Amino acid sequence: MKKAVNRRSFMKIAGSSLGIGVLYTALPMPVAGEAGEMMRWLGKQNGEMATPFSFVQLSDAHVGFNGPPDPLGTKAFERAVEMINGLPKAPDLVLFTGDLTHDTEEKDVHAQRMKQFQEICSRMKVGKVMYVPGEHDAGLDGGQLYREFFKESYYSFDHRGVHFVALDNVSRAKPEVGPEQLAWLKKDLARFSKTAPIVVFTHRPLFDLKPEWEWFTSDGDDVMNVLAPYENVTVLYGHIHRDHEHEEGHAHHYAARSLIFAFPDPDKVDNKKPNPFDKDNPFKNLGIRLVNETGAGSLSVKDVELTLREYSGINGVQQILREPGL
Amino acid sequence: MKTRMLRKWIVSAGLAVALLAGAVGTRRAFAAEPKVVEITAKRFTFVPEQVTLKKGEPVTLRLHSEDVTHGFFMRKLKIDGEVEAGKTTDITITPEVAGTYTTICDHFCGANHGNMKMTIVVVE
Repeated sequence: MKKAVNRRSFMKIAGSSLGIGVLYTALPMPVAGEAGEMMRWLGKQNGEMATPFSFVQLSDAHVGFNGPPDPLGTKAFERAVEMINGLPKAPDLVLFTGDLTHDTEEKDVHAQRMKQFQEICSRMKVGKVMYVPGEHDAGLDGGQLYREFFKESYYSFDHRGVHFVALDNVSRAKPEVGPEQLAWLKKDLARFSKTAPIVVFTHRPLFDLKPEWEWFTSDGDDVMNVLAPYENVTVLYGHIHRDHEHEEGHAHHYAARSLIFAFPDPDKVDNKKPNPFDKDNPFKNLGIRLVNETGAGSLSVKDVELTLREYSGINGVQQILREPGL
Repeated sequence: MKTRMLRKWIVSAGLAVALLAGAVGTRRAFAAEPKVVEITAKRFTFVPEQVTLKKGEPVTLRLHSEDVTHGFFMRKLKIDGEVEAGKTTDITITPEVAGTYTTICDHFCGANHGNMKMTIVVVE
C-alpha cells in the first residue's frame, strides 16, 4: 500500500509501525522532496522543525498474570524487549500504553509485579521509556501504587519537535479522563499552533469502539473535541489486545497488540473471550507491521504476523519455557 | 320533575368528574411510582442476568452491591450509575427503543471485571 505525503498525513508517517507492539517512525527518511518541504513548513509554523526519529509502542504486558489462556507469563514481553534491542537503529522512545501489570488486592504482590516489570523494561536499550497506567495497574487503588513506581499518570513532553501527551483514563476506576485532566489538557495544548504534530498515548480507546466490552472512554468525545483544532494528531492506545486503526476528523487512532494474549474481532463473536493459546505457535496474534519510506514521499505499509521460527513446531513451548528466559 | 332531572344531571356530572379525577390520579400515581426491578451486583456478575422491560414504561432499576463498588452503564438506555459496597442505588429510566442491550459494570472491580455484564431486553 502506498500513501502520498501531504500535510494531513504527516502523522500517518509518524504512525508507521512494526513489532510486538508497534514501531513508529516519526518522520520520513531521507528528508528530501515533498517530505523535506513539509518538514520545513511545519518547522516554520511550530517554531521547531521535527527531525526524523523512531519510537515503539508496547502494551498490555500484564506482568503477574497466570493463564489461561496464556501459560507463558512474561515471555512475549521479554521477547519484545529482545526484538527492540535487535532493531538496526535504536528507537528514541518506548511508549507503554498501560496494563503493565495484572491487578491483585495484595499490595505487596502488586508492588513485586511492578518491580518485575521495571526490571524487564530496564533491559531495553532505548533513550527513554514512558508509561501510562491501565485499569489493571491503577483501577483498584486509584493509581496510588502506580504513582509510587512511575510518578504522575498524566503528563506531556516534547521530543524533536513532536508534542507527546500521556492521558490517564483508568485511575478514576471508570473509563474516563475526568474534568480536572481535561482542563489540564486544554492548558497544555494552548501554546501549540494548529499544525503541531501531537501524539497522545493512553490505555483505553478514546472513541466508542465496543462499549459492551468496555472498549471506550465515556468522556473520550470531550478529549477529542479539545484535540479537534489540531491537524496532526495521532492517538496510541492498548486495552483491546489487538491491532486496530481508526480515523476520525484529523486524528488517527492506533491500538497495539498485547504482550500476553489476544482478543478476537468483536464484530465476529458475541462473547469477550481471549483467543485460545496455540502451543505450536505461542506468539500467534502478536504481529508486526512494517513500514518503509520508499523515497519520493511514499510509504509502504505491510502487516506481517509474527512467527518466530526458533519457537515454532512441536518443541516451541518447551523452548520458550526453558530457563533462564529467552 | 325539572328539579329531579336537574338533580340527576348534577349527580351524573359529579360522578363523571370523580371518575375522571380518579383516572388522572391513578395515572399520576403510576408516573410517580415506576415499576421497580431489583438487581444485585457481586463480583463479577449481576443477578438476574437478564431483565425484560417495556418500551415507554418508566422503570426503576434498584441496584444493590454485595461486595465492592460497581458501575452500571449502558449509554443507549441512558444508564450511567454506580453503587457502593453494601449500598443501594436507584436508576430510573424510560426505555425508548425496543432491543437487546448489554449493560456492563464500568467501575473496575477486579480481575474479571471485563466480563461483568447483564442483558436488558426492551419489548414493544
